[in-house]
Amino acid sequence: MPLVYAGVCSHAPGITARAERADPVVRDEFYANLQIMSEDIKNSGAEALIVVGAEHFANFFMNNMPAFCIGMGEEYQGPIEDPEWLKIQPHKVPGTPDLSMRIISEVMQTVDTAFAEEWKFDHGIMVPLHFLTPEYDLPIIPVNINCQGPPLTPLHRAWEFGEALRRACDAVPEKVALVGTGGISHWPATPDSGKINEAWDREFLEKFKRNDKDAMLAYDDVETYNDAGQGGFEIRTFIAAAAAAKGATADVHFFAPIPIFAVGCTCARFNL
Amino acid sequence: MSLYYLQKVLYELNRDPAVQQQYLEDVDSLLEKYSLSEEERLALIKPDIGLLYVLGVNGQILMHFAAFHKIEWDDYLQSMRDGVTAHGPVRAGVYAMTGGGDNFTKASEVKQESD
Repeated sequence: MPLVYAGVCSHAPGITARAERADPVVRDEFYANLQIMSEDIKNSGAEALIVVGAEHFANFFMNNMPAFCIGMGEEYQGPIEDPEWLKIQPHKVPGTPDLSMRIISEVMQTVDTAFAEEWKFDHGIMVPLHFLTPEYDLPIIPVNINCQGPPLTPLHRAWEFGEALRRACDAVPEKVALVGTGGISHWPATPDSGKINEAWDREFLEKFKRNDKDAMLAYDDVETYNDAGQGGFEIRTFIAAAAAAKGATADVHFFAPIPIFAVGCTCARFNL
Repeated sequence: MSLYYLQKVLYELNRDPAVQQQYLEDVDSLLEKYSLSEEERLALIKPDIGLLYVLGVNGQILMHFAAFHKIEWDDYLQSMRDGVTAHGPVRAGVYAMTGGGDNFTKASEVKQESD
């Protein structure tokens, strides 16, 4: 069945960990837009949610780093962070191994993805789920693109991976939703945390909104690092989601830099 | 030299409660399993967040380690700045300090009662 929902959102740990330090007006508008995403996913009738994330060494390390990985577990756990620090309590999250198996098998027709039956979620998936599926009742298929340990997954491969995910979702009878989650410009977990290149973000989002493949794939990692920080490497998740949307335009229903959250907070939905 | 293993200790520590327990109870025997310089070993034990940052530990790994040690967010950021002041620029990786030590959040933050 064709993908029933596709969108993107931010996942920075500060979104929950440092909530009380943000301007409450902007913060609450952001939270309200995450709530809209949650309702849109629910109303789509989705039976499973693919979360295309950019994890931060919770499962994958430089001893065996996959360019792509898709979860195939019965259940997952998170967060790996101190729950008091992230302000998200430990949860078990249901998986859907049979559906994962079929999606992975189809993706593998064109992209050599790794797969994993064990997966501990860090803030990169737990923060989105905290807002999007707060009851942790919708089966999740976690997906990772290496945005952390160079050599990183090339942008054009992230696009092809997104296309493969879409083809796989369309081939199964279940209703599947997909959310990409990453930052745009940001310098997380450095002394520069809170630095945000808003102009760079807005230019990227213009390209993203019109789903301009060539413009998005023209970004260069050296330039991205200089202009958008190492957190900017996470545009791979937005690019994969755009590819999964098969050229559909996106409605960015929220964007605002929130420095104490360390990122330009974003919520967008594709017009599938 | 042994940045890979320095980060691997932290990767395994961050995700595994059994490793965390061993760190707390017998850190020397835990660290014996990894090929570390004396400087790295001592920085892990102290913990010296600033030195670990300058040695090139990826900030995401280091952030979790700081949280494990109950280091408050602002103190974590300041520890990295202090590390650069004491030891010079970050020596490896993609988490270098590029903002001259500035604080990028304070201007937009809601003032806290404890301030």
